[in-house]
Amino acid sequence: MYRSIFMVICLLLLSILLMNATAAGQKVMSVQVKEGQLRATPSHLGKIVAKVSYGDRVTVSEERGDWKKVSLNRKSQGWIHISALTSKQIALRAGQGNVKSSVSGDEIALAGKGFNKEVEAQYRQNNKNLDYAWIDRMEAIKVSPKQMDDFVAVGRLTPGAEGGKR
Amino acid sequence: MKNLIWRAGAMALIVLFLASCAAMDTVTGVATEVGVQTGTISRQQGQSIKKSTKAVAKSMEDFTPEQEYYIGRTVGAIVLAKYKALPDKRANAYLNLLGQTLAQASDTPELFAGYHVLVLDSDDINAFATPGGHIFVTRGLIRCCRSEDALAAVVAHEIGHIQLRHGMKAIEKARMTEALTILAQEGAKSFGSREVAQLTQAFGGVISDITNTMINNGYSRSYEYQADAVAVTILRRVGYNPGALTEMLGVMAKQMKPGGTDFAKTHPSPENRIAELKESGKSLSGAETPNVRKQRFTKALSRL
Repeated sequence: MYRSIFMVICLLLLSILLMNATAAGQKVMSVQVKEGQLRATPSHLGKIVAKVSYGDRVTVSEERGDWKKVSLNRKSQGWIHISALTSKQIALRAGQGNVKSSVSGDEIALAGKGFNKEVEAQYRQNNKNLDYAWIDRMEAIKVSPKQMDDFVAVGRLTPGAEGGKR
Repeated sequence: MKNLIWRAGAMALIVLFLASCAAMDTVTGVATEVGVQTGTISRQQGQSIKKSTKAVAKSMEDFTPEQEYYIGRTVGAIVLAKYKALPDKRANAYLNLLGQTLAQASDTPELFAGYHVLVLDSDDINAFATPGGHIFVTRGLIRCCRSEDALAAVVAHEIGHIQLRHGMKAIEKARMTEALTILAQEGAKSFGSREVAQLTQAFGGVISDITNTMINNGYSRSYEYQADAVAVTILRRVGYNPGALTEMLGVMAKQMKPGGTDFAKTHPSPENRIAELKESGKSLSGAETPNVRKQRFTKALSRL
């Protein structure tokens, strides 16, 4: 009796490990920024070929330094910086098909949950002296890639300066 | 007797898998479930195993970038309750262009909602950076900068604090655990108003931990030196003269009032920062700032 239970446990644990291994082999990652850009070349100077948004699941096909070549729904393909990606799965809405309560919070991040707009609104209710108008205004200041290229060129700075953990 | 050996064997195997597997929580969940189903462990034991691995897994990393963004917005609003924004379009546009160029050369070029810079209308010498990528620099600190390179050093130092997540590290451990415990409860359910109230309280705690450190007490000296080191790296990558950082610190040392309430209170002295930079062995030499850079710097900040 216990021998067979032991076997069942072994098989189950092995299958879990194997499942994880397959998942790692495919390297599916999630976009963890509000708006991300896929570029033609692995550089911030690369032409933007597609846009991705928070929670999009992308498949990694190639890596170069801190850049990953990914594809979205097998359609758009391009390079994105590693800091825009996470290995966690991001569920866009609670109760959505891909959110199973059995999956732990460590593999899934619920978008829009936790400290979110709603919590901010409640906090603002309780702290009426705080003014977020300038926070919104500063976030709305946009810098285009063209402006940045010009800024670097005119200022005789280094084009395409990249960071990365070396 | 035989049963006991099998039970022990099964438990040992479960423990072994728990210890070795990276996806610890899923495995724990499933393994404990198996344990409970087969009767090797009781339901209560299973629950406590699940809880303890959860507690171990709790760390700063459990806050999503989106949550750090919302934390950052409110930290920024508190900075703006102390200092007024300077509504100088030209200066703010210039600082954002500079800031985003520098941020791209940091190790964290992509934040949830990107990097944004705002000038504060104050003669205090001060600057702040929130976990959400909001960077604030006072007029007083900008006046310590004689060139774009020096201003770049100031902004790059703040980017350093963001890259190294110093703001998030200011959250007290107990607070972190408390907040993440509430967050963990949610599972896939929607929040009710009671939970929102609870979360808002935890949020308030997190905010006060960060702002107390950032605005009132200052980060540790080592954090400031680390941010300086990141600044030097970014300046070099972008093509600025890293020596501009020490030059700016020199000006600051002269302009800062001893015992002041601003930078002097929350930062190591400029002299110590210069000494630390020199000791770090990082090369601080660089090319002279070209005239074009000097001109656009003066033009953009002429109304300050």
